[in-house]
Amino acid sequence: MKKKILTVDDSPSVRQMVKLTLSSAGYDILEAGNGMEGLNSAKGTTVDMVVTDLNMPLMNGLGLIRELRKLPAYRGVPILFLTTESDAEMKKEAKAAGATGWITKPFQQDQLVAIVKKVLG
Amino acid sequence: MSGSDPTQIFLEEARDLLEQLEHTLLDLEHTPTETDLIDTAFRALHTIKGSGAMFGFDAVAAFTHHVENAFDLVRKGKLTATPQLIAVALAAKDQLRLLIDHPASASASDSEAILADLRRLMEAAAGSVPGPEAGTGGVSAGGSASGRNSGWHVRFRLPEDAMATGTNPLLLLDELRSLGDATITALTHDVPSLEAIDPGVCYLRWDVRLQTGQPRSAIEDVFLFVIDDMELEIEPMADGENAPAQAAAAPDPGPLPAAVDEHPERVSGGAEQAALKYLRSDPRGNKNVDSIRVPAQRLDELMDRVGELVIAQSRLKQIAAASADVAVKSVAEEIERLSLELRDTTMGVRMLPIGQLFSRFRRLIHDLAQELGKQIALVTVGEETELDKTVIERLNDPLIHLIRNALDHGLEDPAGRAAAGKPPQGRITLSAKHVGAEVLVSITDDGRGLDRARIRARAEENGLVAQGAKLTDNELFQVIFQPGFSTAQAVTNLSGRGVGMDVVKRTIDGLRGTIDIASTPGRGSTMTLRLPLTLAIIDGLLVRVGRGRYVIPLSAVEECVELSTEEDARSRGRSFLNIRGDLVPFLRLRELFNASMPADRYQKVVIVSAGELRVGLVVDQVIGDHQTVIKSLSKLHADVEIFSGATILGDGTIALILDTVHLVAHGQQHEERLKAAS
Repeated sequence: MKKKILTVDDSPSVRQMVKLTLSSAGYDILEAGNGMEGLNSAKGTTVDMVVTDLNMPLMNGLGLIRELRKLPAYRGVPILFLTTESDAEMKKEAKAAGATGWITKPFQQDQLVAIVKKVLG
Repeated sequence: MSGSDPTQIFLEEARDLLEQLEHTLLDLEHTPTETDLIDTAFRALHTIKGSGAMFGFDAVAAFTHHVENAFDLVRKGKLTATPQLIAVALAAKDQLRLLIDHPASASASDSEAILADLRRLMEAAAGSVPGPEAGTGGVSAGGSASGRNSGWHVRFRLPEDAMATGTNPLLLLDELRSLGDATITALTHDVPSLEAIDPGVCYLRWDVRLQTGQPRSAIEDVFLFVIDDMELEIEPMADGENAPAQAAAAPDPGPLPAAVDEHPERVSGGAEQAALKYLRSDPRGNKNVDSIRVPAQRLDELMDRVGELVIAQSRLKQIAAASADVAVKSVAEEIERLSLELRDTTMGVRMLPIGQLFSRFRRLIHDLAQELGKQIALVTVGEETELDKTVIERLNDPLIHLIRNALDHGLEDPAGRAAAGKPPQGRITLSAKHVGAEVLVSITDDGRGLDRARIRARAEENGLVAQGAKLTDNELFQVIFQPGFSTAQAVTNLSGRGVGMDVVKRTIDGLRGTIDIASTPGRGSTMTLRLPLTLAIIDGLLVRVGRGRYVIPLSAVEECVELSTEEDARSRGRSFLNIRGDLVPFLRLRELFNASMPADRYQKVVIVSAGELRVGLVVDQVIGDHQTVIKSLSKLHADVEIFSGATILGDGTIALILDTVHLVAHGQQHEERLKAAS
């Protein structure tokens, strides 16, 4: 069965990019435009991985990661966050919130696939 | 498939974000500490940078990076959103727009000048803020310590919560195996007794002997996401029992001792961003949860199809009316209902709130106010009023012109306002509202008002108005829309070149709209644009004059009254009708159109209004309401002002659509001529 990945980003172009890349790598993709939407989708179904942006309206990525980790079904589910922050601070915060790893923007398609494969198998 | 090309999506998204950024900046100028606004500005910049880099807009990303840095400082309270910062940020926004839309014409020196301004502000605020560094991330230098050793002895323990936060140790071991020949031993002495085990905690340590030519950084990359919190020892294996062709695998073999150096501060992985080439992925299906971006052209095509459908439906209606078959009649009614609903839905899709247009002018007014040394507050009313997309697009230029005029000619400078006993800050109000099937858009200033005497003098001088002719205010004011009219004493940057107002008028005419002017000396002026809601399909009143059939836009129709031959005869020479005490001039369309067929015994008068004026149109027969799909007239007929277009009727014949505004004006002139003759 195909593994399901939820991508959460307020930028449609990034979402589209993530979707195109990962669906051609054989994953099923769900999309959400902000943390709140992402949380609702995640609650409505179970996904194998979440890829989220950090800076988003309504609920940012950190909030989403914290909320997801509170859900028993999402304990242990890999969560990657997208970041352009070059400072380690943001990464630490997201890691402390329970993220599994990160993808530094800008990234190439094969890098994204490589990282997803690394974490998801 | 441009609709789903990610690069196109990025471009549209970036333009939206830049608009949003501009509004946010303008708001921020008033409330510089509003954290929501600061966050919004930061987020917009952040997204533009991130997506820009991803879609190959390197210059955009690099430039945005610096502006984003500044707003990051604002966000952290280390920099204040002063008007100077806002001004630089607005300039940066413009430069970004240029970089996105016309990268070839964006000059690097302009970018550099803006960034220099930004740097000065950042330095002034913080003493020494880190200057703009090159790009994000960059290629990790951590991988330089490749060894000529035969492999690595790796000992590690994962953070306790690694599994809970989604790290799968088995995958890490698989990844180590992929680097070479690995001998993996799990060390279990930290595993507690069964009853004390938390299944979410990782108690194991591992000892891995890895025979590989890969550099140390390759191993660190395996632990990329956990390396900061884990225990990890990587040592070159003491003696190469079996060293495969390692030299070829390591392009830049570093000095041997370096291999044992630690790199504890390393955060980003080499594999992750070893190359910063950007991607253009192939276009595929696009799915958006909230809304769908559709090329505007498709909406136009859809509207055309609906128009054709409405025409076909009216043919069906006619056939059904002549048929005795009840089933045909009922289907025809059903299709009529459906096609009307479809028409309304389609038109609804094309509707956009005018606020989108208004908000563009905030920047214009901000810049003009600075240029003119005037203080101006912009008030907008009715931004949610919806108008057809095409109408909104075509309104842009005329409104810019009218606003410029109001700012330049209408509003006084602070000294002039003080002398007139007004507050120093002038006010421009942009408002929009629906009235029937029309939208009224008005621009109001509280400036000095139009100078009647000067307009009159100028108009007489140019021969636009006869000496001594009696004119109402509105008539006199309409003169300013004549080609070549300008009262500005000095030609400024903004207005006063005598071009423009006639173009404004032409554009509004082209939209089947009108402009009314009201002005009170010393109190200000209001320009009101009356515009039809849509350009494509209107509700019309189908009438017959002689053999021809014509459509009168229903929005202009006030009422229909009967005109008997006796009354007609009585009124001959006067052409006035008494409508409940009001005298309304009327036009005999039979005469206007030279109808040869004898008039009906009971002619009808359709009373139409345009602005304040009313006029009666005498027709032979009022046939009924008609869904009118407007087709424009050929260029050959462009000068025939009393028709605004044509439509195809159910039987395939053509009916001309009357332009009520021009007919009313024509009626008024007709009346003047009659008066003059008698």
